[in-house]
Order: sequence, then C-alpha cells, then structure tokens
Amino acid sequence: MQSNPSFLTTRLDKAIGWAQKYSIFQYPFVTACCGMEYMATACSHYDVDRFGAGLPRFSPRQADVLFVVGTISHKMAPVLTRIHDQMADPKWVVAFGVCTCTGGFYDNYATVMGIDTLLPVDVYIPGCPPRPEMVLDGLMKLQDKIQDHRANGRRAEPEARPEVFEV
Amino acid sequence: MSKALIQTVTDQFPDAVIASHAYRGDQTVVLQRDGLVDVASYLKQQPDLQMNLLVDVTAVDYSVFGKQPATAFFASSGVQVRPTSGIPDGDPWPGPPAEARFAVVYHFYSTVHKHRLRLVIPIEESDTELDSLTPLWSAADWLEREVWDMYGIRFRGHPNLKRILMYEEFKGHPLRKDYPVNKRQPLIGPIN
Amino acid sequence: METDKTINTDATSESSQELQTRDMMLNVGPAHPAMHGIVRIVIDLNGEQIEHTDVEIGYLHRGFEKMSEQVDYNGVIPYTDRLNYVSPLINNMGYCMAVEKLVGISVPARCHYIRVILSEISRIGDHLTCVGATAMELGAFTVFLYMIKAREYLWELVEKVTGARMTVSYCRVGGLKADLPADFSEPCAEVFKEVRKVIAESDKLLTRNRIFVDRMDGTGIITAEEAISYGITGPFLRATGEEYDVRKDCPYAVYDQLPFDVPVGTRGDNMDRYLVRMEEMEQSMQIVEAALRDIPGGAVLVNSETGREIPAAEMVDLAKMGEIESISGGCAVAGPTLEGSSGPHHLSIASDEKRVSLPAKEDAYGNIEGLMRQFKLVMMGHGLRPPEGEVYFPVEGANGELGFYIVSDAAGQAYRVRVRPPCFAIMSALPLLLQGDMIADIIPTFGSVNMIGGELDR
Repeated sequence: MQSNPSFLTTRLDKAIGWAQKYSIFQYPFVTACCGMEYMATACSHYDVDRFGAGLPRFSPRQADVLFVVGTISHKMAPVLTRIHDQMADPKWVVAFGVCTCTGGFYDNYATVMGIDTLLPVDVYIPGCPPRPEMVLDGLMKLQDKIQDHRANGRRAEPEARPEVFEV
Repeated sequence: MSKALIQTVTDQFPDAVIASHAYRGDQTVVLQRDGLVDVASYLKQQPDLQMNLLVDVTAVDYSVFGKQPATAFFASSGVQVRPTSGIPDGDPWPGPPAEARFAVVYHFYSTVHKHRLRLVIPIEESDTELDSLTPLWSAADWLEREVWDMYGIRFRGHPNLKRILMYEEFKGHPLRKDYPVNKRQPLIGPIN
Repeated sequence: METDKTINTDATSESSQELQTRDMMLNVGPAHPAMHGIVRIVIDLNGEQIEHTDVEIGYLHRGFEKMSEQVDYNGVIPYTDRLNYVSPLINNMGYCMAVEKLVGISVPARCHYIRVILSEISRIGDHLTCVGATAMELGAFTVFLYMIKAREYLWELVEKVTGARMTVSYCRVGGLKADLPADFSEPCAEVFKEVRKVIAESDKLLTRNRIFVDRMDGTGIITAEEAISYGITGPFLRATGEEYDVRKDCPYAVYDQLPFDVPVGTRGDNMDRYLVRMEEMEQSMQIVEAALRDIPGGAVLVNSETGREIPAAEMVDLAKMGEIESISGGCAVAGPTLEGSSGPHHLSIASDEKRVSLPAKEDAYGNIEGLMRQFKLVMMGHGLRPPEGEVYFPVEGANGELGFYIVSDAAGQAYRVRVRPPCFAIMSALPLLLQGDMIADIIPTFGSVNMIGGELDR
C-alpha cells in the first residue's frame, strides 16, 4: 500500500499494471482432463493469445501466473508447492477446474481437496472441465486483479458480492 | 458355450484345479497357489493354447462380500435383476472362490488362437504370498507391483516390488475393504 | 547406477592420465511441459546416450477403483469419462457393455450403432491430439493448431449429441442418455470434410518432412515379441506388425457388420506409429459413414393416431390432473437437455428390460409405473442390482485393449471394478524403448506412447 500516493505514482502503478496484465506468462501445471480444455482455450478457436497470455513459459523462474490445471494428488502436492516457491514475485495462482478448487468428486485417500489448502489462490475457475468461455472470463478477472495489484497490495479482498444480480 | 480351455487345463493339472466355471462365457479356472507357475507356463508354451498376452493381473478382496451395509432406508428394496427366462444364464456363478480373503485374478489372451482364459488364485489373509510371473511375461512386472501397492500381496521373485501408484511413505493398502475411503495421509499438510 | 569408465588420453602422451567418467543421472521430473501429463523419468546418461531408465508413475492416482465401489452402477459412468479423457465415449461404452454383459441384457441395434459412431469420433479426437502434441514437441506448432482446430469441430459435433464437449457421460447401463438429433448426418459430413482436409495438410507437412522423418524414423524401436510380452496392444502393437485389434478379433457392438481395415506397420518405430494413427483416423471416418448409412430408423411413434407433440410442461400438468388418455402416445417436446430421450426415441436407444434402463420421460412424469421405475433405479441405495458374478469385457480403446473386470455381489454398488489400462503396459515398456537412444529421442517416443494420465494412474 502506498503511504503517500501522489498523482504520478498512481499513474505509474496503473501503467505497470496495464503492462503486466496484457503480458501474462503462465506456467500451465497440467495434470489431468482439464488440460484438454486448457489446450482448447490456448488454440485457435478460443484464442487466449489475444489477451496477451499466449506464451506458456515452462519454467517457473520465467513465469508469473501458475495455472494449476487438473487434480492434484497427495503424491504431486510437494512438487506443486516447490514449483510455486520457485516462482518470483509478483505471482498469481489460478485454480482451473473444480478438482483444484475444492477437490471435485474425487473425495478419497489420494487427492488434495482444493489447492487452497496448499497455496494462496487468486482466481477460482470451477467446471469439470470448465468451458473455454469460463476460462477466458476467469482470465479477465485475473487481469483486473493484476491491474490493481500495486495499488491495492498483493492480495486484494475477494470481489464484492453484487447487491442486485444483473444479468 | 465352449469350455474347451477349462477341459484342457483340468486334464493336464487335475490336482491344482479347485473349481471352474464359464459364467457369461468367460472361461475361468480356480487354482491352488502352488500350481500357478506350472499352469501359466503350460498356457504359454502349449502350441494349441499359446496364451502369449498377459492381459491383466488384479486382485479382489472378498472379505465383505454380500455383507455390505446398504445405504438407504429401505435397505433391501433394490431392483434385483435375477435371471429370468429372457436373460440367458448359462453357467451360474459359483460364488467367491474358496473361503480365502483375497483372490488374485489373471486374464490371458492368445493373439494366435484368439481365446481368453481367467485364472483365479485364492489367497488367505495370513499368508499373502504368491510366485511372480515376471520370467514368463514382462507385463507382470508393473501389474504385480500394482497388486502389491493396492492389496499388499507379495510376489516371490519379483525384481523390484515397490509401490507404483502411491508414494512410499503411504501406510496401508488402499483397495482393501478395511481401508476407509477418506483416510488421507498427506505428505504436506494443509496450511489453513 | 554408476559405472566408472576410464579413458586413456592419448593426446597428452607424456603423463598417462586417466579420465574417470560416470553416468549422469537426469531427472525428467513430474512437472514438465504440459501436454503429456505427469510422469517422472529418471535417466542415466552416457553423454547423450541413454543407458538406463526408471519410470515413476502414480502422480495422478485418483482412486477410480475405490470410488466406483462407493456409488451405484450408473454413477460410475462420470468416473469412467475421466479415465482416458481424450476419448471418453470409448470408456463409457466399455463400462456399460461390461455391466450389460454381467446383467445379461442386450440393447437395441440402433443403440449399438450410435455407440459405435460416437466411439469412432472419440477415437479420431484422440489420435488428433496424440499426433498434434507429438508434432508440437518436435517443433511443428502449426500442425498442432490445425489438429486442435479439427478436434474442436468434432467436439462441437459431440456436443450436439451429448450436451458436453469432453466429459460426456453419454452411455447408460442398458442404453444411452438420448438419441441422435434428427439432423446429424449433414453436420457430420461437413465436419469430416474439414477433418480430412486437416489430415491431408498435416500429412503434406509432416510425412516427408526431412526433420520429422529424421527424428521419428528408427527411434523407439520395439519388436512384436517384446511388445506382446509387455502386454502392449492397440496402435502401438499394430505398428510392430502384429495384427491384434479387439474390434476385429473379438467383435462387439456392430463392428462385425461394418467394413473397415486395420492398418499394420512393419518396423515398430515412431514413424510407423505415426502412420498407423493417421490411417486409423481415416478408417474411423469410414466406419462412421458406413454406420450412418446402415443405422436402423430412429423415433418410433408408439401410437400414430394420437402421436402429437406436446410441450413437456403441459404434459406434466395434464398428468398431474390425471388426464392420462390425452397424453398417452404423445411425444413430449422438452428443452435441449432432454432432447432425444422422449418416448418415441426410447424404444430404439434403451433396452426394454425394465429393471435396468430408465423409463422415457413421458412415463416418468406421466404415470405412476414410470415414476416408480425411475425412483427405483435412480435413488441412492436402491438402484440397479445385477446378479452375483464376475465378467471381463474388452473394447478397443484408442491406445489398445481397454478391459473392464467387474465383480458384483448383488448389491446396489459394484463390488470391484477394475480397468485394464492400455497405456500402463506401454509405459512399462518405456525403459526398453528408450534404451540406447539419445535424449532428444525421448520426445517423439514419449509422444507416440500417448500416455494419458487419467488412464495410467486411474
């Protein structure tokens, strides 16, 4: 949080936020079925490149958004946390698919019921698997978050519930 | 339905075969555990059997067979599909093999003669050991590792019997009926 | 595994120095570039050459077999979707046919034809993904984009029929969820035209491409005897020269009445596997076209005099008022989610064994017998109860023989459901495939294995 925000620093924050949100280098941590919908979102029909997020970086040192795509089992959990630790700040985490949000319908001895028990998550995209349009909506919510992250601080509050639900 | 394979195996190994049936057309032979390697190599090498493909190795835990608690209020009111004249029954299923807790099930197929056979080996809880088929089929390597991981049945002579689907720190064998479905053993605990 | 080797450096001949060399252990860890799921390969390298490989799987173990003991028979179907998630309909079909074999019922011919059509469409999608991902890893990103475009068209087609793109849960024990839409043949023909164009373009880009051929030819070789010893089936085995296809050798559904060829390779290397998959896609399209020609008729109006179309909401209200005569024989017109599952379609897509398959929606809403049948089959704790027994039923998955072994103890849930995963056998042969090749050959070999994590680890 800026202690003494002036006109120039807020403009600078907005500009940096704008630059960061349109050049997302994601690390797609793909494990399971959601990976197919991730591939569909990244390819020609539902192009994610028009959002500037079209280049996956397969190294955590070079990425800023960690897309956790697909079920995380307990065997994989230490690997996931290690990858997250290897990423440099500022970094965001997107929980893609209901298995990463809450565990899905695999409530058994092998799976982690939601990666927010392991990592702080910024955007939850539910669905089994989520349609590409939902993924793009989640990506746009993430972009809003990235835009304001320097002004609001690293983890802003969850988005406010609308009073009147407008369709 | 044809029971030719069962006949051949029973003629060759009369004292190893405990029982046999061909429920729904799947020829099945229940064997004693000592006869496994002999029968398996016979199946592989005999020219008119030539079961060159080991399709599957798995196990079943028969400890709560027929005794599972029902989950609904009207417990016994399911839609029991008993065989009627409209549904062919053929050879009725004799029930779980022997009185043993586990049964290790092998499926074989011959790409030459195109026939299938199932071998069932009952294993007691006190002595869960069996000979490995890795010298005959390389497919048995990982399949037997999975049976060890999920059920805890050891295979003598296996080159590398360690867990394959779960991690080494996991205690217990998940597919046994007494392992609760929700019991997790996390490597790294939840942070909140 | 370390082996010390000594090299005499003849260049500096005065001092007979001996250089010790050791194999380097490299970990191609669980989190590696997206497209192939999570598997850990630990390789021992001598320079660039692979001496020994150790493959570690299980990072996606989700307890399919344990979960299928907790839910009823129809409830296992969503879990089977997520086994081989690039060709979900084949898994659905295999499981449903295994349970139908256990119960001992048969389904109408049209149901078989629809299952075959959708299985083959799923198979095309799987091969597109496999070849596209392999090509992308070798640098041909364009081919990947083209093939995913073709796969999107196929998924739109599947969505027209089932309602979902990928995890469809379309088959039920004793039948299907709904019939094909009335106008299925024309969109199907158009989509196949596009897919054939994409396959032809990719063929022109890849098959005689110097770089592609150099990387795929002669790498990852396996002989037919070794492959059979490892339990490998499917396109992988057929590329080595052994002609085993479950659709031809142990035919199920209506495959014995549909004309198709099974492509067989000769050398068992990556190039042959790629060619076998490309040809199988063409054969699958021919199967679908033949099935659409031969498929028996669809909607059968129960009562052709009063067989008028009634909006579903109105039908429910009439049923509640007790006016059964005015709705009997009618055909409910419901929203898109129930399209194809109304009465006239029902006879042709579901078995007539009342204790197994769900009733038509008109009966479920319209009369008490239908309601009771629906209740008995759906509610938790009731449900379908097959007789005691065990069955094994193999189908031809995209990777090989996908078998379901089901043991039942006459309860509402299955006692044991075992999936025989085809790529489990192929992955167990990976050390043999990689032996002697170079690091760069891991990529095409692993791509042609078509490892699907959901199926491998279940």
